[in-house]
Amino acid sequence: MDLPTLRGLFTLILMIAFVAIVIWAWSGKRRKDFAEAARLPLDDDTPSPGRRGDPDSPPKARENMNHE
Amino acid sequence: MERASTYNDHVVRQFTIMTIVWGVVGMLVGVIIAAQLLWPALNFDVSWLSYGRLRPLHTNAVIFAFGGSALFATSYYVVQRTCHVRLFSDGLAAFTFWGWQLIIVLAAITLPLGLTQGKEYAELVWPIDVLIAAVWVAYAVVFFGTVVLRKVKHIYVANWFYGAFIITIAVLHIVNSLALPTSLTHSYPVYSGVVDAMVQWWYGHNAVGFFLTAGFLGMMYYFIPKQAGRPVYSYRLSVVHFWALISIYMWAGPHHLHYTTLPDWAQSLGMVFSLILLAPSWGGMINGIMTLSGAWHKLRTDPILKFLIVSLSFYGMSTFEGPMMSIKTVNALSHYTDWTIGHVHSGALGWVAMVSIGCVYALLPKLFNREAMYSVKLIDVHFWISTIGVVLYIAAMWMAGVMQGLMWRAVNDDGTLTYTFIESLNATYPFYAVRLLGGTLFLVGMLVMVYNTWLTIRGSKPAEQAVAQPA
Repeated sequence: MDLPTLRGLFTLILMIAFVAIVIWAWSGKRRKDFAEAARLPLDDDTPSPGRRGDPDSPPKARENMNHE
Repeated sequence: MERASTYNDHVVRQFTIMTIVWGVVGMLVGVIIAAQLLWPALNFDVSWLSYGRLRPLHTNAVIFAFGGSALFATSYYVVQRTCHVRLFSDGLAAFTFWGWQLIIVLAAITLPLGLTQGKEYAELVWPIDVLIAAVWVAYAVVFFGTVVLRKVKHIYVANWFYGAFIITIAVLHIVNSLALPTSLTHSYPVYSGVVDAMVQWWYGHNAVGFFLTAGFLGMMYYFIPKQAGRPVYSYRLSVVHFWALISIYMWAGPHHLHYTTLPDWAQSLGMVFSLILLAPSWGGMINGIMTLSGAWHKLRTDPILKFLIVSLSFYGMSTFEGPMMSIKTVNALSHYTDWTIGHVHSGALGWVAMVSIGCVYALLPKLFNREAMYSVKLIDVHFWISTIGVVLYIAAMWMAGVMQGLMWRAVNDDGTLTYTFIESLNATYPFYAVRLLGGTLFLVGMLVMVYNTWLTIRGSKPAEQAVAQPA
């Protein structure tokens, strides 16, 4: 196989890989995992003793949970 | 409290404060060189105050000192919070802080002395390049070491962007800086001719794509959901955004070399990939902005969110403008004019600086054990001053650039040029004045931030924060 053919095949493989990523990301199986992952920035704070009324504290954030 | 059960916020505090310091320094140098373009006598005939030496000092200071410190600070903060674990190594983290500061100081000494490799955004001489490589490897070890130790199953998407930024910058920096030293301050690049130019702009454009974009998108994916109090609009879109952005950016570099001796097919390839880049860029922007859907009212009261969301609007603008400018026929008009400078600053001030400023305002109270910044009103003042500054700056450069492009290409019936170069320079003068005003306003905004920060952290007693239990 000559070099241009290999390059063409490589391009094709990359395109298939990208489509595969899109299908994987939109598959229903991922929904629960992604919802968990998306919560990570909201559930990460333990308010320190000196700080009260943090607007981002987890209980309030949960009320606004976004159901995608 | 045991060390391992608390976050290492010490290094985050150091980098956060230096973000503000280097922001002021870098933007001050920018204001000085903008004034020099208006009044050339401002170089006072001192070689180390000349425009050609201060300009790389400005770009290095704002990109690597200001932007770099913001990236170190937020990535160390975000990776600990979203992995529920302390940084991998306190010692290595301290090494990255002091090493990075040493690099910045060395740059501030060597560039005004005229010691340069002459490669844009890679000017620093080879011994400093070696030091950068060492610090960067330590950064990668600290960051990925922390990800490996994580107490949660998922690696949050912000960490993917930070990770891609760290890996890619290591590769770009090492490949583009390969050189044969002839003395402590001089070296020859291993590449020559058009190959050297292509390697340089493969580096240059990916510095934009990974240093100034991927890293700051990491900030966006953590701080916008955090500040809005709701998860990112679509997590699956963020996954596709990530893979599309990193696979396409790599190929866009040749658009810096349109109509040069670079083979024509390579120029066209760069143009096509630059156009495709619009899709992931806008996908990411929409994902960030739509995170606020259902909570738009927060924009009215929270100036930190204003900074973050307006930065995304500027990101959308400049990632639309960029692909347009990469089209060869448009580039024939825009290249080498001040339009390019306007485009860069709509990205650098509007996107990179504003998202960093928003994140620093979000971080400071948490890091220094305060409920909020000293004055929320002053954040709002800062927001409006800098927004007006950016708009003045980029509008002036757009008009100047298009005018220059049209004047340079105008020909008379007999084929001679209609305008001399000096005529186009004269016509640009008023726009240089507006640009200086815009840049000065942006700097004034930074000084407001310094004042607000000083009053926020003065007398504070930062407390060790316990590592949160995974939810």
